[in-house]
Amino acid sequence: MTTFIQVVVNGLGKGAVYALLALGFVIIFKASGVLNFAHGSLVLLGGYVTVRTQNDLHFIGSAILGVVAAAVGALVIERVLVSRRPLADPISLALLTIGVDVVMSEEIIRRLGLEIPFLGQPYDGKPVHIGSIALFRTQLIALGVGVVLVGAFFLAFRFTAWGLAMRAQAENREAAALMGIRSGRVTAIAWMVAGVLAGVAVLFLATQDFSGAGLSRSTHAVALVAFPAAIIGGLDSTGGAIVGGAMVGLADSMSAQYISYDFSKIAVYIVMLAVLIVAPAGLFGTRERTRV
Amino acid sequence: MSDDLVLADDDLDEEPVSSHRRSAARFLDRTMFGRAVILAVIAIAVLTPPMYLGPSWMRVGSYVMIGAVGAIGLTLLTGQAGQLSLATPFFMLVGGISYCVLGAQDTSRAVGFGWPSLLALVGAVLISSVLGLAFAPVAGRVRGVYLGVATLSLVYVGLYAGQRWTKLSGGTANGRPTPDLNLFGITFLHQDNREKRIWYLFLAFTVLAYLLARGAVRSRPGRAWRAIRDNESAAAALGVSVKRVRSEAFAISSGYAGLAGVMTVLWYRLTKPDESEFAGTYSIPVAIAFLAMILIGGLGSVGGAIAGSALVNGLPGAMTLWIGSNHLFGSGDTAVTPVIFTAYVYGAAVVLVVLFEPGGLAALGRRGFLLLHRSPLGPFLPPPKGN
Repeated sequence: MTTFIQVVVNGLGKGAVYALLALGFVIIFKASGVLNFAHGSLVLLGGYVTVRTQNDLHFIGSAILGVVAAAVGALVIERVLVSRRPLADPISLALLTIGVDVVMSEEIIRRLGLEIPFLGQPYDGKPVHIGSIALFRTQLIALGVGVVLVGAFFLAFRFTAWGLAMRAQAENREAAALMGIRSGRVTAIAWMVAGVLAGVAVLFLATQDFSGAGLSRSTHAVALVAFPAAIIGGLDSTGGAIVGGAMVGLADSMSAQYISYDFSKIAVYIVMLAVLIVAPAGLFGTRERTRV
Repeated sequence: MSDDLVLADDDLDEEPVSSHRRSAARFLDRTMFGRAVILAVIAIAVLTPPMYLGPSWMRVGSYVMIGAVGAIGLTLLTGQAGQLSLATPFFMLVGGISYCVLGAQDTSRAVGFGWPSLLALVGAVLISSVLGLAFAPVAGRVRGVYLGVATLSLVYVGLYAGQRWTKLSGGTANGRPTPDLNLFGITFLHQDNREKRIWYLFLAFTVLAYLLARGAVRSRPGRAWRAIRDNESAAAALGVSVKRVRSEAFAISSGYAGLAGVMTVLWYRLTKPDESEFAGTYSIPVAIAFLAMILIGGLGSVGGAIAGSALVNGLPGAMTLWIGSNHLFGSGDTAVTPVIFTAYVYGAAVVLVVLFEPGGLAALGRRGFLLLHRSPLGPFLPPPKGN
């Protein structure tokens, strides 16, 4: 029983991080209609800036710089590249972000060289004991931060002018533009929000507790696990991203505990395939309707 | 050309043909002459390099041809049928391992059926296609970027299966030796001039892959693929069985990837599954590299897929040979190697293609061809018909 609780809490902690990334995918997809393959690179960018500034600044300072860097990176990708092709089909745009991803991730990994720095010294590798249950501190903090950020996002999405504009635009781009919504600004902010979430996520991804690997190519690969999270929930459903993130986190930690560590990598993808066979547009995604 | 009615907006393959040129019979022998010259130039370009280039260049060229076969399969699926796929490395792995299992002798470490190698080759391609067909419940239903991520899961499945079923794959530590291909008495892997032999073997595979793909694109299957790519409802209304065609495209593309996999294990002379999903022969970066090839070449263009492979698969090896070392600039652990440089080049090329020339190299080539047509050489050239 104690193992089970441990596994569930750790799984939810991981799930919170995946949810942050998945939410980023969903926000970008809703704003630009593109599946952002460069998200893994934004994660690396945030992590890299954090690592490089860590010696000069306090952890919090460097973390904030990393988050800002990821947000600026996302903004640049949107303004300089994606927004130039508003009419391109989604597959071309996805390929465009793949191109960006290849260049960015190769460059950052080259700069890291043989280093594989761990992030999150203040909390990493210091388990918390509650009675007989040992929990990873990183995952606990991730869960807390995830809940706060996701909550803040949903409040903003529901109550701010940007949230309203964003929802209107996702509903009907043309009508929203006719109502005076500045589509470019709304989209740019959406990308920045996604970048912020990616920058926060890396602070937990590249840790002993979470992945056992420092900032490297494997961080990029772990970030890819958030793809299934976004897909499971449905690419255009913000709530779905949270559900998907939790499912992925739980599938990950449970299969690692009860089956094998190697299997946990594919467990997530098998869950996704199962969901897709039943619901081809994810659990909460809008199914494309065809009109003749 | 009556099919153009269905595919009025298909810019990749059927360009309107200048009718005076087609009807004027007296031009025919001239253009046939031109065609023969072009073919001869291509034949010399691909058949003679083994006579004056060294074995390392042969290996670079063979590697390009591996990429070409896989990319042709992918461009049929993604470019022609509109299904985004990241599963090429998985089907390569399946093809490679199947060839080994079918063709190798049984040992205590690894299973082998000891089939004649040609039969093993055909079997490997078939197994890859059948596995592609087994993905039909997903490929037939799931659309667009959802399908792209769904196919990504196959890369993980391949990684896990390769590590787990060491009796088949040989395991990540040692792998297993690839059985030699015996093509009517000609063998390849253990000869002094094996690089040259492999070159011609792969050339034959590539030509076969090219011709089959061109044939499919220009005839009924290709029209069905483009119809479902452009508008599924319209295609269904015209009597195309959308689910079946989608699954077929997936199976055919998987067969191509399977052949590319057999070529890969012949090239390495070793069959070895990857240790991680983010680095290796059958990993996610390889899946992305294949997408880059077909996009740079021009989505849906068979010739473009080969050009894309020359850039993505050929550049690292070629640069290493040109500069004679592994370091382009910089030094130590953060030096820019040809592999990294190539990643910059093709990443940037992908971005530029999407932004400025969605038709890729194929469209550039067509434009160049049209320019040639206005030159005095024009009357000798075949009519500009795309690709």
